[in-house]
Amino acid sequence: MTLRFKTLLTAASLIALMAGGALAETVLDRGNNGDPETLDPHKNSTIPEANLMRDLFMGLTMHDGAANLIPGAAESWSVSEDGKVWIFKLRPGALWSDGTPVTAADFVWSWQRVVSPATAAEYAYMLAPVLNAEAITKGEKPATDLGVRAVDATTLEVTLKAPTPYFLEMLTHQATYPLQRADVEKYGADFTKPGNLVSNGAYKLDSFVPNDHISLVKNPKFYDAEHVAFDRVNFYPTEDATAAVRRFEAGELDMMLDFPAEQTAALKETLGERVKIGPTLATYYYGFKLDKAPWSELEIRKAVSMAIDRDYLAEEVWQNTMIPAYTLVPPGIAGYTVAAPDWAGLSQIDREDQARAILEKHGYTEANPLKMEIRFNTNENNANTAVALQELLKPMGIAVTMVNLDIAAHYAHLEQKGDFDAARAAWFADYKDPENFLSLCTTGAGNNYSLYSNAEYDAMLQAAAVEPDAAKRMELLAKAETKGVIEDHCVMPLMFYSYRGLVSDKLAGWQANSLDVHPSRFLSPTE
Amino acid sequence: MTRFILRRLLTAIPTLFLIVTISFFLMRVAPGGPFNQEKGLNPAVIENLNRVYQLDQPLWSQYLHYLSNLLHGDLGPSYTRPDFTVTEMFATALPISIQIGTLALLLALTIGSVLGIIAALNQNRGLDYLVVATATAGSTIPTFVIAPLYQLTFALSLSLVPVAGWGGGALVNKIGPVLTLMLPQLAVVARLMRGAMIEALRAHHIRTCRAMGLSEVSVVCRHALRSAVMPVISYAGPAAASLLTGSVIVETIFGIPGIGRYFVEAALARDYTVVMGTVVVLAAFTILFNLIVDLLYAIVDPRVRHD
Repeated sequence: MTLRFKTLLTAASLIALMAGGALAETVLDRGNNGDPETLDPHKNSTIPEANLMRDLFMGLTMHDGAANLIPGAAESWSVSEDGKVWIFKLRPGALWSDGTPVTAADFVWSWQRVVSPATAAEYAYMLAPVLNAEAITKGEKPATDLGVRAVDATTLEVTLKAPTPYFLEMLTHQATYPLQRADVEKYGADFTKPGNLVSNGAYKLDSFVPNDHISLVKNPKFYDAEHVAFDRVNFYPTEDATAAVRRFEAGELDMMLDFPAEQTAALKETLGERVKIGPTLATYYYGFKLDKAPWSELEIRKAVSMAIDRDYLAEEVWQNTMIPAYTLVPPGIAGYTVAAPDWAGLSQIDREDQARAILEKHGYTEANPLKMEIRFNTNENNANTAVALQELLKPMGIAVTMVNLDIAAHYAHLEQKGDFDAARAAWFADYKDPENFLSLCTTGAGNNYSLYSNAEYDAMLQAAAVEPDAAKRMELLAKAETKGVIEDHCVMPLMFYSYRGLVSDKLAGWQANSLDVHPSRFLSPTE
Repeated sequence: MTRFILRRLLTAIPTLFLIVTISFFLMRVAPGGPFNQEKGLNPAVIENLNRVYQLDQPLWSQYLHYLSNLLHGDLGPSYTRPDFTVTEMFATALPISIQIGTLALLLALTIGSVLGIIAALNQNRGLDYLVVATATAGSTIPTFVIAPLYQLTFALSLSLVPVAGWGGGALVNKIGPVLTLMLPQLAVVARLMRGAMIEALRAHHIRTCRAMGLSEVSVVCRHALRSAVMPVISYAGPAAASLLTGSVIVETIFGIPGIGRYFVEAALARDYTVVMGTVVVLAAFTILFNLIVDLLYAIVDPRVRHD
């Protein structure tokens, strides 16, 4: 009797344990750099926001854990021969988090909302390739003229103004994600609040305490919910990166972004494999003011560029968390290669000799130096970079002075075409395509702070935009980069960014990728 | 007394109005706007944003619009956090900062005063030197050193408390920020109290008290403390206004969702309405605490009432 009772008790405890194990909520705690400005996917633009949107919503296409393009809300697609008309077949039976079906009409309404002037979406240009999008944003045409149509509930037809080879990549961007019309119309500006927000991704919004945390819970209506491992994902706005590292070390965070560069060596020693560093699609560059002397002089720009020891910047100033750059487009975009300038193959001493010769030819020596004012947005790493350049360039006969302003003032100065000699800027890819970087040097582009203008360069980019053959298009883009960046120094690339993350060994499924994209649905606990 | 309070509250209105006006125009002098960022926006998009937020209107019209909204208790929408109005942001953040700030202030006042009295009673002896040395150290070590030290010791090494986070307002999450905010204040209070108490103990009426054979406790607590507490009260007013409106350093390091970080964050992002909101809140708190200080003066020191 006692034995039987004991057996029963053991069995009962085992069942209870198993049930407990099965019921225990699995939680992923992510450090996310900062709070989102908004949870409206059509209005947001920052990296922390993109991380949240990727979990909450699903666009027509998505990225997997390795940043490969995968079907999202669209199950399949086809494109017309001229590359202009795309037909997307939506996933049959796909649901919003409130249980209503996701339809082609949702996408039509959402995209019209994105480009509409009343929405004032910062990333409206992600839909710029769609017919009439730009005219609608400028207020010249009604939103209903947008080249998108619901053929039936699960068929979406998109008409582009020109073939756009990277269109599918653009559709991974949150600005193209769908919103539920009924939800937005019912709650107005409050539709993003917890309890109101309806989404179609692997997770749905549970709570949001500004500057504290955002909590998402698994969306049981998600088509692949059975493969989503974490029941809850908490995003913490870890603005203080040093404190975030301590939170990671204490086990309060399972993963975090952007630990302080200067801690790299120490962290590698204590955390080993949990430190993740790898190249990402982003470039740190300086632009010269090309409409004034001496920066209008190509040889001077070349001499300054040659004189800069990028290895020193990347290794010493940035503690190996950056990669020396000689091109504007970072490596890692499939099918695209461009040759670095010839002088990049020389030793730094040889480069400096050549640079000095050019500068001396123009009358600049240590006694009569070339004056160069570097403007940058206030930031320790930017300041260290400029100070290092001041030291490196002094013996070359270049006298560097510095002006730093906070980020809003710095970029306002550049956008208003204010005066400068060299100014710091950076570009982080919106989508995996060289065009996203090279358009920085096209005539009249908003981010073309150097005011570079070259008809040949513009023509090559335009030709690439309508080139249906992918390989030929990449060749055209590479030619454009050779002309604009390598030969003309429309900007002076200095370094490529790396992602710097910490990932707990209790987390499985984290894959290194150049976009540093890690949707929570592909992550799981190891235990 | 009621007339005094009413008069002070009435004079606060033009003061606040002036502060709001000067801040509004000063802020617009700063270069850049809420939509200037690393990724430059398309001019058509900036135009749309300016129209949506009425930033395309003339400045005087924006100013009048702001004033009229303010009178209705509406602090406007945040430009960089369009999901929230400034009022909504402050409604969740301000109570958190007030909680942390009040705890820090009360602890600093009580412990600081006791330490100051102990030091004064043992003037130029070991205990006095110890208090003065600790107080000096406390006021010289900056919060951005104390906070990480606390995190490293109590959270990482001893695992007694979490490193950071608000944890829904759990007590363990409050200890770090409260201690960090308190220490520098405690040091100041202790030194002020020590100085004032030493002076008070030398006063004629204290000698009389002692001569009449009153107990030391009664001499110190009932008679000397009354005049010694005055400098602490004058210090506590502005200190309360600053503590209760949060600290950007403490809130950022400890991940506390208080109001303090908006002061810096919003100014850098040119989030005009949030900046104005923080100015209004800080000004209102300063005016309020100055009034409280004056009332406390009147209660503690009868001479003030007669004046």
